[in-house]
Amino acid sequence: MIRVENISHSYGEVQALRDISFEVKKGQIFGLIGPDGAGKTTLIRILTTLILADQGTAFIDGMEVQKEYKKIRSQIGYMPGRFSLYEDLSILENLNLFAAIFGTTLDENYHLIEDIYKQIEPFKHRRAGQLSGGMKQKLALSCAMIHAPNVIFLDEPTTGVDPVSRKEFWQMLKTLKERGITILVSTPYMDEAAMCSEVALIHDGQFLDIDTPEKIISKYKPLLYRAKSSKNNALLKEIRNSGWTKSAYLNGEFVHFTVEDLNDVNKIRVFIQKQEIEIMEFKEVNPSIEDCFMDLMHSPTE
Amino acid sequence: MKVLFFILEKEFRQIFRNKAMLPIIFVIPVVQLMILSFAVDYEIKNLKLTVVDADRGVYSRKLTEKFTASGYFHLLEYTSDNEEAANLMHGWKTDVILVIPNGFDKDLMNDEVPLVQLRMDAVDGTKAGMAAGYSQAIIRDFIFELVGEEMISMNKQPEFLYKGEVIPINYYNPYMNYKVYMVPGILAILVTMVGAFLSSMNIVREKELGTIEQINVTPIARYQFILGKTIPFWVIGLFEFSIGLVVARLVFDIHVEGSLFVLYFFTSIYLFLILGFGLLISTVTATQQQAMFISWFFLVIFLLMGGLFTPVENMPDWAQKFTYVNPVRFFIEVLRGIMLKGAGFTDLLNQFMLISGYAILLIWFAVRRYKKVDN
Repeated sequence: MIRVENISHSYGEVQALRDISFEVKKGQIFGLIGPDGAGKTTLIRILTTLILADQGTAFIDGMEVQKEYKKIRSQIGYMPGRFSLYEDLSILENLNLFAAIFGTTLDENYHLIEDIYKQIEPFKHRRAGQLSGGMKQKLALSCAMIHAPNVIFLDEPTTGVDPVSRKEFWQMLKTLKERGITILVSTPYMDEAAMCSEVALIHDGQFLDIDTPEKIISKYKPLLYRAKSSKNNALLKEIRNSGWTKSAYLNGEFVHFTVEDLNDVNKIRVFIQKQEIEIMEFKEVNPSIEDCFMDLMHSPTE
Repeated sequence: MKVLFFILEKEFRQIFRNKAMLPIIFVIPVVQLMILSFAVDYEIKNLKLTVVDADRGVYSRKLTEKFTASGYFHLLEYTSDNEEAANLMHGWKTDVILVIPNGFDKDLMNDEVPLVQLRMDAVDGTKAGMAAGYSQAIIRDFIFELVGEEMISMNKQPEFLYKGEVIPINYYNPYMNYKVYMVPGILAILVTMVGAFLSSMNIVREKELGTIEQINVTPIARYQFILGKTIPFWVIGLFEFSIGLVVARLVFDIHVEGSLFVLYFFTSIYLFLILGFGLLISTVTATQQQAMFISWFFLVIFLLMGGLFTPVENMPDWAQKFTYVNPVRFFIEVLRGIMLKGAGFTDLLNQFMLISGYAILLIWFAVRRYKKVDN
């Protein structure tokens, strides 16, 4: 459904994308996962025909993004990272406008967005600018879906949205996926990777890995430990100073660190105890996508 | 067509919901038309006059009286101290110093040419120019009367009385009423300002808010988007112009001499020109602030060199040439022509060609510059 071939793009001196290639099959949720500035938005804007890539090409449903951009525009849905609907128009007015631009009406395609729209319909006369983050997000998704697109592109749809709405949102994406719609979604939240059929870990304009979330985790090699203290920052510093860890970083309320073998773990434990840092927890854990990301980021070539 | 209709509906909704925009559209033009027309008056009265009379004769006193009787001058100081007068001017107290030298009476009696000196405070050039004009007229009158009297009393025919004098008659504005002259010009300025500002802030506003991102991925055509952005301001511009005409009629009693149809025809085309200009700025800028500054830059030049504040004929040669690319100049000519002289379409053919030519050029550029894809 989406095929990207060797795309590179730069803004002046800054290389935003370096030779990216991948493919997304129909009816998949493809997650583009990486920190801010990794190149997620640039890639999405190239695929939605908003910018022209310096090199390489891409096809949406067999249509080339530079030559057939007009056809593509009528068949894709796009939800930009920043809320881009008219804040001075009401929910209903926004929907009607975008329906009209695509040559359809709200009534005609009501069934397509019903699940999502129903939740905000009681407020349909409220101006978009007065909606909460979660409601804005639902409206934006409704507007992106109003013309029955085959593919939708969502640029960080869950950024700045509360955890409950985030969960609801992913549930909505799942429903769309079941209807056969292909979804390309970017997110900086690593925990959302598990909801995708396939993910690409992107960092500094390059894909670190691209696979199903399960496989990415199963490929993780080092031993991963987590530790917790009342002074996590000091703990992290000492773990790094010990010299037996490959990498160590904060992960939520824990410090994660990787080691080559079990001997090193014990050495680290002894080292920390000498520093008189109270340890509240110290155990081996299974890696998450974030741990995979950190590991891949630190191993330059594979 | 249906898409265009929806976009127009959206634009009008947004304009009327914008709390900051409504006053700009309705209140400001009326207020400005009233304030500017009443305030901009080139007639200068009560110029402060200092007379340095070194002669203290009959005629020097008569000349002073003639100055004060004219109504243009107010006698501040009557002195024989040159130094004092100079200090008064230096201290911003007097605008004009008239120096009557010793021997003024005698010279007049002996048929010699008497010399008087006029000194103006030229910090305000317009005022100094007006003061010089009034003074010369008064002195000329004074000598004219004096010589006339003398000749008659000596039973001689004063020869130059027959040489005749040029008496100007002001056509189309018989009493040189500045309001008659200013109102059409200010009307032109208002249409220009409202049109240019509103349209230049519009597309760039969508850029700044990010809403253009969503519009750009839709299959909407460029012409639909641009037309959707232009037509509302075109309608508003014509509406403003009509308010202005009503104000001109009710407040200043200025009737349109020519045909209303021709007047609106020209205004419609001129509005397309101004909207094209605004759209072009809107497409090359990234924020409303940039758009505002660039519009100001051009508008200030266009308005000041439009022939309203300084007649085009008074400008230096290079500046006169520049006014050929200044649309405001032509629109002021058109409005004055139609409103005051009753000019018809054929009288304004040149202006028509220029205005419509620039309109097409600017809109073409604006559509070309507005791209839905960037690099």
